[in-house]
Amino acid sequence: MRIPCPLCGPRDRREFTYYGSDDYLNRPAPDAGAGPWDDHLHLRANPAGETHDLWYHEAGCAQWLRVHRNTVSHEIYGAALVAGLKGGAQ
Amino acid sequence: MRVAGKGLIEREKPVSFTFDGRTYAGFKGDTVASALLAARVRVVGRSFKYHRPRGVLTAGSEEPNALIEVVGAKNQTPNVRATVQEVFEGLVTRSQNRMGSLRWDLLAVNDLMAPFFSAGFYYKTFMWPRAFWEKVYEPAIRRAAGLGSLSGRHDEGHYEKAFAFCDLLVIGAGPTGLIAALTAARAGADVILADEDSRMGGRLLSNGETVDGQPGPDWVAAVLAELSSLPNVRLMPRTTVSGAYDGGIYGALERVGLHKPARPDLPREAFWRITARRAILASGALERPIAFPMNDRPGIMMAGAVQSYLNRYGVASGKRVTLFANNDGARAVARDLMAAGVQVAAILDSRANASAVENCPVYLGARITDTSGRHGLRLIEGHHAGGAFKLETDCLAMSGGWNPTLHLTCHMGGRPRWSEELAAFVPMEGAVPGLVAAGAANGTFTTHGCLAAGHAVAEAALADLGLSPAKVALPRAEGLPYVVEPLWAVEGKGRAWLDFANDVTTKDVKLAAQEGYASVEHMKRYTTQGMAPDQGKNSNMGALAVLADATGRAIPETGITTFRPPYVPVSVAALGAGGRGMGFAPQRFLTSDQASRDRGAPMIEAGLWYRPSYFPKPGEATWRVSCDREVAMVRGAVGVADVSTLGKIDIQGRDAARFLDLVYTNTFSTLPVGRVRYGLMLREDGFVMDDGTTARLGENHFLMTTTTAAAGQVMRHLDFVHQTHCADWDVRFISVTEAWAQFAVAGPKSRALLNAVLDQPVQDFPFMACGAVQLGGVTARLFRISFSGEQGYEIAVPTRYGESLFRDLVAKAETMGGGPYGMEALNVLRVEKGFITHAEIHGRTTAFDIGMEKMVSPKKDCIGKAMAARPALVGPERQQLVGLKIATGTPPCSGAHLFTVGDKVGREESQGYITSFAHSDLMGACLGLGFLKNGRARHGEIIRIVDHLRGLDLTAEVCDPVFHDKDGEKLRA
Ligand SMILES: [Zn+2]
Repeated sequence: MRIPCPLCGPRDRREFTYYGSDDYLNRPAPDAGAGPWDDHLHLRANPAGETHDLWYHEAGCAQWLRVHRNTVSHEIYGAALVAGLKGGAQ
Repeated sequence: MRVAGKGLIEREKPVSFTFDGRTYAGFKGDTVASALLAARVRVVGRSFKYHRPRGVLTAGSEEPNALIEVVGAKNQTPNVRATVQEVFEGLVTRSQNRMGSLRWDLLAVNDLMAPFFSAGFYYKTFMWPRAFWEKVYEPAIRRAAGLGSLSGRHDEGHYEKAFAFCDLLVIGAGPTGLIAALTAARAGADVILADEDSRMGGRLLSNGETVDGQPGPDWVAAVLAELSSLPNVRLMPRTTVSGAYDGGIYGALERVGLHKPARPDLPREAFWRITARRAILASGALERPIAFPMNDRPGIMMAGAVQSYLNRYGVASGKRVTLFANNDGARAVARDLMAAGVQVAAILDSRANASAVENCPVYLGARITDTSGRHGLRLIEGHHAGGAFKLETDCLAMSGGWNPTLHLTCHMGGRPRWSEELAAFVPMEGAVPGLVAAGAANGTFTTHGCLAAGHAVAEAALADLGLSPAKVALPRAEGLPYVVEPLWAVEGKGRAWLDFANDVTTKDVKLAAQEGYASVEHMKRYTTQGMAPDQGKNSNMGALAVLADATGRAIPETGITTFRPPYVPVSVAALGAGGRGMGFAPQRFLTSDQASRDRGAPMIEAGLWYRPSYFPKPGEATWRVSCDREVAMVRGAVGVADVSTLGKIDIQGRDAARFLDLVYTNTFSTLPVGRVRYGLMLREDGFVMDDGTTARLGENHFLMTTTTAAAGQVMRHLDFVHQTHCADWDVRFISVTEAWAQFAVAGPKSRALLNAVLDQPVQDFPFMACGAVQLGGVTARLFRISFSGEQGYEIAVPTRYGESLFRDLVAKAETMGGGPYGMEALNVLRVEKGFITHAEIHGRTTAFDIGMEKMVSPKKDCIGKAMAARPALVGPERQQLVGLKIATGTPPCSGAHLFTVGDKVGREESQGYITSFAHSDLMGACLGLGFLKNGRARHGEIIRIVDHLRGLDLTAEVCDPVFHDKDGEKLRA
């Protein structure tokens, strides 16, 4: 598996550390209450198909990437710098 | 025997090798199989279950019978295919799966018991009595079963792993692959051409055909000469592409040194990961056997293999050869044999309406119904359209048609498609993104068709790659159509083998169907068909056809043959090359490493780091003696410890302080320049991630320290928080762990020791101060922090000065009654002081649990704050950090559970557990840190400690976790 890092080009997935769904980008307000916080941290869709998730190019540019990929075909459509998304998933 | 004037072997380079202790002659270019056939060695192995004598069946890596052990000085490799192993001077091989000699295998008695050894025999027979399984049946079966044996020693051979990248990977160097590689190479593409064989050319080396009017091997040599002259081509012979994976990655096993005498610097094998933008599968086709009664005798071979041994190795596989085929391919083999002067007894063509015109007898509509010859074929019997036949023959060349070698197209879930015309499965298109099958691998069985297909797919690949094709003229070659009429099995009295390696017969498959195992997957598991080293390459198709017949279904509706990686067995040694012993993980060494080892310090692992455990002095018999001395030394004088393993992160920018306020629970924006503050960091779920001190070196410049264990995790976390939540803030940070060597100087004489090495004595430098100091003209950083509870400093110098500073500090400390201390003493010192490590902040503890809830600032948000406030995470039901005073002389009991005295000792009654333990001379007790339910309210209680693992049952007094200098007077001295 190879991930197209916007800064480093396509690189072997062993250079990356997986985190999880891009739900993590949408941090609730501190006073949002237990429900939204629980959803944010623990409630995940488990899609068979397209998904967006977060990978850290630890052995590369140290950038967090939002990777658009397919859990069925394993196709990777693209990756964007999380820092460029200005704190929110589209 | 050898045939004069034939073959591509180098007759001027004779080679001798041994097989079962006897020396044989061969030539460079021979395989063990070809050399043994030349020497008329017919029995080369014994079958798995019945121990039937077996001979060479094929001329390739799919060989099921001729599996041998190759014995080296330092290696013993089982299940090597004699058809792949090249001979070299001094090669030692032996047969396997026998008891006694190969010719008179004592376990051949199994063959007489064959009626009892049908499919499912083991499942049915060895079930009762149950107690017998482990003690009697299994050891006996294991002794008798299994192919080959291991030496039981480490494989000391040298293996490699390697990576390659290319525009186009061409898998297989037959006519399809060669023309494809040439087409792409001339257009300027980066090409890797990988072929399993030692010599490239595929069937053109064996089939006797001409290309562009020249003998096949000559055309091959000309193409290879051009390819090897091009800088954009890498030729990889002896390299089997074994798997196709996501993202255009292919695994490949290269036999680097297996064809040569062992040399220390010569790898045996290399496992490659090849990343290719496009790939062409030109892996050819495999000929399939026919399951006729008693079809397993030595001398019964594949027709294509007989042709290979003749044309490529100059070996006649028999004196009087018979052919048995359901297609035209065998005719060419017969003609080649006759032209070389080998007698052909007859061609047995299973088709009723094929041509009968050959220079030898041709029987149409023929079936073989029996064979004889215990240690080699002597006689075959059967019938044909005109009656019965009985032929004396010592070699039968059979061909049941060809199966495209489509294995790689199945590796990512592709399902092959059934071709009625070819009576074979052909690859599914697009099964592996970027890979296209062509030539025989795609069901094109003529040389002309292969050349045209290879050229076409290479041009398509060039278009995909954005390269314009260069001119490649398509050479002339044979194009007679391939006509096949399926014949899978022949009825008769005797057993008809499908899977030679695992001894699975047509009867076994029929029995499986009869007993309800009608799906292919069930049948395979019940009969073990396809589970031998050849993984069903020779038998899947035949077994499927027999199963279809037995269940009254057509082949495609019965199932498909599918394949998983690897295509050939890949040694674990090659996959894990470099990963054994110290190669398993990287090693990180402190600048003081040599100085510590010079003092005899045993080194222990701390993550990837190696740290001194203690520094033994003469006469100190145990680690405890050294450790206790080092603790007393720090408390009474001064000690020096290397603490460079702590993570150090340099943080700068106008928003640096604001950023630290977000990642730490407590406030850093209020920290004055020149001061250090202890900080606590949470995960977003509210649990403690890490702790450490952060120094403010300037208005917009901080230095964060992390624990050794969590350095990587914290860096990842900081990058995450920054990039996801505040990417627009003006803050940047980088790990400087390796840039600074840092030493703790602790004890009442610590300031005196520092003053002995610093250019200027330490002036007004209170607890938690930091600043730059000069040391022999070098600028160092000094921090007034302590992990021991004594007056303490940490001094950091650029790494290149680390070793000399350590040696200097230690030497001067020793003149003051001090010296170095190791991890054991460090642990005792911190437990006495109640300082936590990752033994306590192990991922399940909150700030509340460790008594630091007041460090979560109410004035600001921070990562983890919202979730840390959940009701269940604060309160008396939580297990809270406590100290435990235990009787002296107690053995270590970290991990032991705590119980209320008088309670039952059970999982549900557990009140907590011990995380750290130390023998403390200072306190005259053994000390523990641990977590106890509602622990802060239970100081003074006597608690029971139970450790079933170590067989301990003790009591301890619950107390405050800070045992030593509770008010911190020594720290601030
Ligand atoms: Zn990158």
